Amino acid sequence: MLKTFPLGGIHPKENKFSAGKKIETIDLPKIVSIPISQHIGSPAEPIVAKDDTVKVGQLIAKSSGFVSANIHSSVSGKVLKIDKVLDSSGYKQNCIIIEVENDEWLEDIDRSKDLVDNLDISAEEIKNRIIKNGIVGMGGATFPTHVKLSIPPGKTCKHLIINAVECEPYLTADHQLMLEKADEILVGCKLIQKLVDAEKVIIGIENNKKDAIQLLTEKAKKYSNIEVQPLKVKYPQGGEKQLIKALTKREVPSGGLPIDVGCVVQNVGSVFAIYEAVQKNKPLIERVVTVTGKSVSNPKNILTRIGTPSDMLIAAAGGLPEDSGKIVSGGPMMGKALASNNVPIAKGTSGILILPQEKASRPECFNCIRCGRCVSVCPMGLEPYLLKNMAEVSMFEELQKERVLDCIECGSCSFTCPASQPLLDYIRLGKANLNKILRAKKS
Amino acid sequence: MEIIINTLITLSLLGAILAVILYFVAQKFKVVEDPRIDTIQELLPGANCGGCGYPGCRGFAETVVKNGSLDNMNCPAAGSEGMKKIAEAMGLSVEEKEPQIAVVRCNGSFENRKKTRIFDGPSSCAIEHSLFSGDTDCAYGCLGLGDCVTACPFDAIHIDEKRGLPVVDEEKCVACGLCVKACPKNIIELRNKGKNNRRIYVSCINKDKGADAKRACDVACIGCGKCAKECKFEAISIENSLAYIDFSKCKLCRKCASVCPTGAILEINFPQKKEKLEENETLVN
Repeated sequence: MLKTFPLGGIHPKENKFSAGKKIETIDLPKIVSIPISQHIGSPAEPIVAKDDTVKVGQLIAKSSGFVSANIHSSVSGKVLKIDKVLDSSGYKQNCIIIEVENDEWLEDIDRSKDLVDNLDISAEEIKNRIIKNGIVGMGGATFPTHVKLSIPPGKTCKHLIINAVECEPYLTADHQLMLEKADEILVGCKLIQKLVDAEKVIIGIENNKKDAIQLLTEKAKKYSNIEVQPLKVKYPQGGEKQLIKALTKREVPSGGLPIDVGCVVQNVGSVFAIYEAVQKNKPLIERVVTVTGKSVSNPKNILTRIGTPSDMLIAAAGGLPEDSGKIVSGGPMMGKALASNNVPIAKGTSGILILPQEKASRPECFNCIRCGRCVSVCPMGLEPYLLKNMAEVSMFEELQKERVLDCIECGSCSFTCPASQPLLDYIRLGKANLNKILRAKKS
Repeated sequence: MEIIINTLITLSLLGAILAVILYFVAQKFKVVEDPRIDTIQELLPGANCGGCGYPGCRGFAETVVKNGSLDNMNCPAAGSEGMKKIAEAMGLSVEEKEPQIAVVRCNGSFENRKKTRIFDGPSSCAIEHSLFSGDTDCAYGCLGLGDCVTACPFDAIHIDEKRGLPVVDEEKCVACGLCVKACPKNIIELRNKGKNNRRIYVSCINKDKGADAKRACDVACIGCGKCAKECKFEAISIENSLAYIDFSKCKLCRKCASVCPTGAILEINFPQKKEKLEENETLVN
């Protein structure tokens, strides 16, 4: 019996068209727009001005607080301007726009492909390099990694959990990264283990990635205390709380953090970025993006520089299909429809998914028939139909009592609703409004 | 016969004893409430809109009686007439407030502002706003899904289906401000009703640069500053390429509207100007 989380969950069609496709690189774009806010927290402060020349890896925007991250130039060239550009948030955000000239890297970045498995480095130094190189969580939430890896006083970390679940349908970026960079990822695990002083590393991988499980299990034998744990395929297993429950049987309390149950969770993409940051001194300037879709002629996993316009990636995958209805940044469950086919790729962009017209539009919405399917699939044990009704009429006190803030916004309720009710839309609205009220009360 | 008499006596006795107990209990737990609260509540419109800032009409009435004054208290729904009546009932005088009305500061109808994207989510402005800037290129304009309509307890605001924009009913609007709070884009503003219901305002809140604003919408304010130069009363300020007319300074001379190159300044309830009338006639002819 494979492990999984016990409560709720769904099984959407996997549609992993780009599985097994080697990670490719594409030509450098002519112009990149690098958003100064690619992470949760306060936006970075630009430290370059118009007409400055920059090199690859050069710091161009400085972290502006504890919950913030440095941003580095992903190309070499001249800064054209700092202007507002429509990005994947759906709004125009400040971006540093750079015209690309050649490909000159900063000299202190190790660009060789050799594995550096020397672990003789202090925990403090590991953390400093993570901060310096602007690493954020690459699973999609883009939470600054150094904040997550700072263990609060009085807490200890027992398990370091590596999230290699990739439970979103369509996406294969993490899967391919594991196949091609297994050694690097394992060294990365060791580095984080040293930093958070964890007893054990558990890599959780869903059982639909058998090749990755086999490869990592084989390679992990070299290291002590790294365990590769295959998991039953179920969405949303990649949710932090679900993964902890599946792997350790521990339950993160309502409103708590993984560290409250002695766990730290890191995405496998972030682990690779941490390896590169610590061992190669390479900032987070590129990432693997899956470009996929049913009608896409050539679905791919592309290693792309941050700030590359998304239409270049779409062109590399064979161009926009004629029947395109929606372009989604991220996976189909938690991703966000883009307002333009030309948005800059950010640190948290795991995929560009092109949905055909018939899949893209929402089905007609009917009345709730009280079947309770949303309740049975909710992985947090909430009552989505109730929360939606409360959010619609602004019953915020009741929403808080019904633990709306525990919602992880996985979208299982909306996915499973036979009446196509916009459950998650309203729950998210209620959550946002309730958070606003709570913040106002605090201050 | 005996049974009937016994029953009557017992019941009467029981009734008398209970009545005495009830009388003492009622005396002991008597709640003294100022009768003026009820009087004032009756004078209020009873919509419980919260426009006064208190929880419903009863809350307002209680506060008035408790404070014994009408300072900083205003029920917009009752209007100046209603407030006078309340002041009379309290034996106080009330400062007359300039009546206000909700004004929708967006003129981006389907014709003026082309749709460039499709939003097919639930029909709620707040949800659309949380997902992206909107289905047109203007990130500031009205989304037209009617959160203001849902919020209005007076049935005073409606979406004009042909233009896709909310229209305020001048008769019904009491300026309670619920629509102002409901609009996620902060488009609606409470402005003075003006003499003879005449008003002038900039019907745009687009803070983008002029060229971008104009590209997104034909009637956007481009922040050229012509109106501010034309205004003799210093009522117009320009900030972030957007003009704003201060209604407390505006003398309704209409000069700003005549120089606006995009027609972003709206004149409400004014008689048509002579040249315009002639123009219209020639058009008709």
